[in-house]
Amino acid sequence: MTEFSFFIEAVLSGLMAGVMYSLVALGFVLIFKASGVFNFAQGVMALFAGLTLVGLLQGTIPFIHTNNPAFALPPWAAILVTVAVMVVLAILIERLMLRPLVNQEEIILFMATLGLAYVLEGAGDILWGSDVKVLDLGLPQGASDWMLDTFNIYVEKIEVVAAVTAGILVTVLAIFFQKTRIGRALRAVADDHQAALSVGISLSTIWIIVWSVAGIVALVAGIMWGAKSGIQFSLSLIALKALPVLILGGFTSIPGAIVGGLIIGVGEKLAEIYAGPYVGGAIENWFAYMLALVFLLFRPQGLFGEKIIERV
Amino acid sequence: MLKTLVKASAAAALALALAPALGAGTASAYEITVPSMDYRTGPYAPNGIPFANGWTDWWTLLNERDGGINGVKIKVVPCETAYNTKKGVECYEKTKNVGESGAVLYQPLSTGITYQLIPKVSKDKIPLHSMGYGRTSAANGRIFKWIFNFPATYWSQASALVKYIGEREGGMDKLKGKKIYLVYHNSAYGKEPIRTLQALAKKHGFIYRGLPVDHPGQEQKATWLQIRRERPDWILMWGWGVMNQVAIKEAASIRFPMDHFIGVWWSGSENDVKPAGAAAKGYLSGAFHAAGANFKAHKDILKYVYDRGKAVDPAFRNRVGEVLYNRGLVAAMWASEAIRTAMKIHNTKKVRGVHVRDGFENLNVDEARLKELGLEGFTIPVKVTCANHEGPGLVAVQQWDGKQWKIVSKFYEPDREVVGALIKEDSEKYAKENNIKPRDCK
Amino acid sequence: MLYREAGQFKTSYAADQAIFPIPQDRYMLAGILAIAFGVVPFVLNDYWVNAILLPFLIYALAAIGLNILTGYCGQVSLGTGAFLAVGAYSSYKLMTGFPEMNMLVVFALAGLITAAVGLLFGLPSLRIKGFYLAVATLAAQFFIIWLFYKVPWFFNYNATGQITVPPRDLFGFRLTGPEAVPAVRYLVTLSIVAVLALAAKNMARGHVGRAWMAIRDMDIAAELIGIRPLRTKLLAFAVSSFYIGVAGAMMFAIYLGAAESGETFGIQQSFDVLFMIIIGGLGTVLGGFLGAAFLVLLPIGLEAVLVEGLGLSTNFAEHVKLILLGSLIIFFLIVEPHGLARLWQITKEKLRLWPFPH
Repeated sequence: MTEFSFFIEAVLSGLMAGVMYSLVALGFVLIFKASGVFNFAQGVMALFAGLTLVGLLQGTIPFIHTNNPAFALPPWAAILVTVAVMVVLAILIERLMLRPLVNQEEIILFMATLGLAYVLEGAGDILWGSDVKVLDLGLPQGASDWMLDTFNIYVEKIEVVAAVTAGILVTVLAIFFQKTRIGRALRAVADDHQAALSVGISLSTIWIIVWSVAGIVALVAGIMWGAKSGIQFSLSLIALKALPVLILGGFTSIPGAIVGGLIIGVGEKLAEIYAGPYVGGAIENWFAYMLALVFLLFRPQGLFGEKIIERV
Repeated sequence: MLKTLVKASAAAALALALAPALGAGTASAYEITVPSMDYRTGPYAPNGIPFANGWTDWWTLLNERDGGINGVKIKVVPCETAYNTKKGVECYEKTKNVGESGAVLYQPLSTGITYQLIPKVSKDKIPLHSMGYGRTSAANGRIFKWIFNFPATYWSQASALVKYIGEREGGMDKLKGKKIYLVYHNSAYGKEPIRTLQALAKKHGFIYRGLPVDHPGQEQKATWLQIRRERPDWILMWGWGVMNQVAIKEAASIRFPMDHFIGVWWSGSENDVKPAGAAAKGYLSGAFHAAGANFKAHKDILKYVYDRGKAVDPAFRNRVGEVLYNRGLVAAMWASEAIRTAMKIHNTKKVRGVHVRDGFENLNVDEARLKELGLEGFTIPVKVTCANHEGPGLVAVQQWDGKQWKIVSKFYEPDREVVGALIKEDSEKYAKENNIKPRDCK
Repeated sequence: MLYREAGQFKTSYAADQAIFPIPQDRYMLAGILAIAFGVVPFVLNDYWVNAILLPFLIYALAAIGLNILTGYCGQVSLGTGAFLAVGAYSSYKLMTGFPEMNMLVVFALAGLITAAVGLLFGLPSLRIKGFYLAVATLAAQFFIIWLFYKVPWFFNYNATGQITVPPRDLFGFRLTGPEAVPAVRYLVTLSIVAVLALAAKNMARGHVGRAWMAIRDMDIAAELIGIRPLRTKLLAFAVSSFYIGVAGAMMFAIYLGAAESGETFGIQQSFDVLFMIIIGGLGTVLGGFLGAAFLVLLPIGLEAVLVEGLGLSTNFAEHVKLILLGSLIIFFLIVEPHGLARLWQITKEKLRLWPFPH
């Protein structure tokens, strides 16, 4: 294996990992854009969605945690039910959490989402049990043999699927935001709550929609990450991997989440492989944050974030 | 608002006032308190649940089938640690004085909590058994009077695994020039085997390299790309939690031969291999007890515990016999034997922590005793002495055949020369830092 | 009736500018301190010290520290866990490197070292603001934790990678290690926390605190009226890190006795302390205590109610506890976003009028 092809392989796997981070970051961006909430519960939402999906697939009886094949749903039905659950969750969050907290400071809203994360963690475990669950959706597993045999380059199939899914997701979201009525309303809310309200846009409807969409994005992220490691509690920690992506790309930009993810993914892989051995390794986590920090020093609002205008 | 607040705080205050009173209890008969430091929640719950079930079921079995140990019932006091150090300390303080006997032993089931408790149990005179984890140099009973870590330590295990590799390669001399890499959780636990492996690399001439994986370990591409490039002959893994599942999958994806990939005994349970599916077949891990439910004791557990509805987790019935369940079981078995030994030595049924420590130190569970317990061939005979708290230190290798774990090797003796020197060095350093005078052991 | 200002006249500026201008407040504080110093040490046991009092006091100190930075100066930080670790590891190195050093000096130096580290990681705050800064402080969190694993010098090259506190005395009483006397550990912690809390209260109402608050409320405006943002922000970082560093040193040396970088000082610590100041009340010293009480006592209280009161199994109770804790946090944020300290203030105002509110 030549040094060059190894480099290509490292970059490629960085890009793929980056896409996986972007999937999580997307959910953050959607919610932050529309409601100014820095939703730390996004990772836990991915876990909750994943748990629900696996539970439905296996016919797990909630609270009792035994599997009854008679209740097992086929994959398409399970996904639809999970989406419905995430929509209901969005409605509950809007009613019980966001509406009473309207107009509060950002940090209060952020803390509220941490509280939400606790609630969902506890609820997910009570409902579906805390074992490692195998997600069997028939997604391709393992390395791509074709890439491995033809180019001697290692690419995991699931990551290709994730990349394609992310591409589709972003396209759909872009069309949704640019072309539909709701999309326009969403952008209006993102720009100015007060002005949007005064032209008759219902904030609460918009928030429910955004949180539902973020819930669906969380489900996708949960499926992709869950396919790698099984669905388990640690899935909620992927939020920490998405944060550097967010600050690098900007909290308010969907393309930022994608580009940021790719930069972080490639950056941390190259750093770990080429610099890691000299300093003892395992530098990926902090390197991602440091990389983002360096970008921030030059652009304090992230690469694609809206320019921060300060008035006195 | 204020009213709710007052009510809430009143409830909390009431509860707090109640908590210490619990110990008093109304039980008339003497009971032995055995705390169960569970972690059924949090990121490591998938591993904590089977262990806690095995641990608890054994005590329940003794109570239900035999009426306790020599007629003295065991009172298991569960406390949830969530694998969190501070909660572990709270659990310790909460459970140590429960009942007339007080807690007679601790099995903290977390290296972090073990380190917190090492000084505390020495003061409170309660033995602590960190079975195959925790502080390796606690094997030196001269310095760590109250700590036991039999049947084997991480360092013995690292050495035994290298011996296994040597045997597979056709002799220890064949190790020269071979590459043995270690993929480890970047924490104190993960770094445990490094010194041993370095010393062994020097001795046998193999090439060692460590590749750390940062917590929690969901993303390990960089590590496995390096492995793919450098093609080590063998990989050892000191992993934990989600890191195991991802690593096994990655290894399979890069077409690394699974039968050259050996995990520590915390990386070798059903949880770790199942997400990888068929790809995990052939994967190896360290072990000191068998998997499976084909032992008489297990049948008794199903009969006396599950059938009678006394199980702590009834939904677990079909999983009895999993690797980590059996590990909880074997831990409880040794602990119960230590209590029995303590009763014999001190000729009393009212044993407390001090007595049980002596029970641990004179523990001798040989093959005959295992057979009596319905666990013939389940694990190795264990004999603990005053100086040696590690016991036999023997480690075998088990393999995942796609459906279950099976022990596929003999039990290997660690390289005493290397491991013993390391233990001596570390324990003496601890003694010096903490002004402990080593005891005499006849 | 009991709590009434009517009829209290100030006759000097000094009286008007006292820390606690109302005598009732002074009496109450004196009463609390008298109980804390005079009664509690005689009735406490191991459980109360190890599970409740020490964590409460030490977290309160850390919360006061973070409150200086976040509540007074408006800079959100998620690096608290790492700064606690810096305090803990500095105290370990000092205690093992200079065995004869007085423990109070050890704590002070650990605080100063942490302050220096805090200064360094505070530098980006000049350019980065709000959540961007919060996430950027995570860089400190992850980097420092990693460093304490990777550089064996920090844990004296021992094989375990854990740091364990050596036994040390303070004024002839055993303060750390297994033989430490619970009352001594409690009293030393209480004294340090009391002194530092008083200092924080004083700092906050002096010109330093006012400059911090000006920066918090609008940094450009503050700059225009002659407050230097660089100095003020960095000072907040340094002072805050000092407090957190001392808290970290005490957490390791007095409370836990052993620690491991990522395990003890992980990111969850950062979130917990941030929770405390928000639940307790941003920009108040009292808030630090109330928030710490909330987060230390509530889980223990809930567990007692759920497990011992209602007889739930421990793991089910743990999950229910998580749900309740999360819901309570949201509930408190909704009913009183300014925290428990604000509730106390409202109570005081009601008390002034009681029993004739109209």
